[in-house]
Amino acid sequence: MNAPAYNFAYLDEQTKRMIRRAILKAIAIPGYQVPFASREMPMPYGWGTGGVQVTAAILGPQDVLKVIDQGSDDTTNAISIRKFFAKTAGVATTTATEDATVIQTRHRIPETSLHANQVLVYQVPIPEPLRFLEPRETETRRMHALAEYGLMHVKLYEDIARFGHIATAYAYPVKVNARYVMDPSPTPKFDNPKMDNSPALQLFGAGREKRIYAIPPYTKVVSLDFEDHPFEPYRFNAPCALCAAEDSYLDEIVTDDKGGRMFVCSDTDYCEGRQAAGHHGSLSAAPYKEKAGSHG
Amino acid sequence: MTTIAELPPGFVDKVLSAQSTFRSVMDAMARPGSVQRIVPMAGTAGRMMRGTAAIALTLFDHDTPLWLDARMSESSDVTKWLKFHTGAPVVQDASIASFALISDGAALPSLERFALGTNEYPDRSTTVIIQVDSLDTGRSFELRGPGIDGVTMLQASIKPFDLFERLRINETLFPRGIDLVLVADDAVVAIPRTTRVESKGS
Repeated sequence: MNAPAYNFAYLDEQTKRMIRRAILKAIAIPGYQVPFASREMPMPYGWGTGGVQVTAAILGPQDVLKVIDQGSDDTTNAISIRKFFAKTAGVATTTATEDATVIQTRHRIPETSLHANQVLVYQVPIPEPLRFLEPRETETRRMHALAEYGLMHVKLYEDIARFGHIATAYAYPVKVNARYVMDPSPTPKFDNPKMDNSPALQLFGAGREKRIYAIPPYTKVVSLDFEDHPFEPYRFNAPCALCAAEDSYLDEIVTDDKGGRMFVCSDTDYCEGRQAAGHHGSLSAAPYKEKAGSHG
Repeated sequence: MTTIAELPPGFVDKVLSAQSTFRSVMDAMARPGSVQRIVPMAGTAGRMMRGTAAIALTLFDHDTPLWLDARMSESSDVTKWLKFHTGAPVVQDASIASFALISDGAALPSLERFALGTNEYPDRSTTVIIQVDSLDTGRSFELRGPGIDGVTMLQASIKPFDLFERLRINETLFPRGIDLVLVADDAVVAIPRTTRVESKGS
């Protein structure tokens, strides 16, 4: 049910118009960060206020919303944002990637391929990929205007000089439509290839930094690299301990204070889907083992 | 003289109609050349098509200076309706307009007269909304660019006939440029500045 004290999806209509205009310009200029008049939201900065505002501006009563935090549908951030929209917009929610029409995400792209009727909304902490190289907004803005991205290549080169390889593992910079260098938000670089030529529209909202940007569907997204040090997505070399997936991004979970650990899919929906389909890993939950034992 | 009570109405449900209209426009902008339908109905004034009226109610407000072509601006029905329902200030100088409404494409001014944005702020550009005769019959155009899987075709009957030749300025200006929204009754097609359009004859 709608909470009667609020407008549909919380934001007032004037704010939605302003955000909607910014979204349209963001789509028209792929990878360019459109400034917008970000509002205070009933949650602290850093908890997805940018993503929440973008979602609130696009969401309609027919939408089915999925919210993930580091791939998981079950963490505090994901649950509270999902409940927020269930309460203020009355929308249906889901954890199944393929059933969702709008997916708000913090720092992951779902493992299941997205389709054309979906919009992926990213929560972004620092939208400016050049910010830690050049603190002045006037300068980074000029660098984007001139497509002067040498500094970013210097940074990646310094990685190679120091570590022998490009050590940037998340928020790995990409070039969108051969023009703007863009921060993909702190997703692991494992996810970068999924941004390229995606059938789904990708929108990025940074609440504290007041920027919205976008990647339209079927747009070229290239991770920056060098000929002799090509981009390589990183994945810990192990199967998921619960579903045995060899192709998913893994979280490391510490299980005791004696160095015990397990690696499991960070995408909980993907992992649960595989387990339901009969895939089992080396550390699948006890009930499964008991069940298997009781048959024997 | 028209009183407010005699003005054609806006949306019946302001909130959900604006949301639905926006999603159609957003999908149009994200998938250039695809024909999206605008479902919610609002009253229309003068030569304004219902799609145009819905877009105006969805995106215009006191923050969006508006430029009207001669046919629109000389109609007091149109200007009163826009003023009452959106509050958008109508400006004479196209180069400061957030949106331009064109009902007579044949009299479209040179695109350089609109705001093209700056290299630092390419988003500060005019979105030009042109009412056209048809977005499903007429000449064929081939579209390429972000939002399009390879190539897509658009059949449209539009004025001015050389619209897409004029739009070539977007190639050299990028990231500055003009984003177009074409409206025919309840159908809408967007041509953002990244889209390359080639005429394939009739």
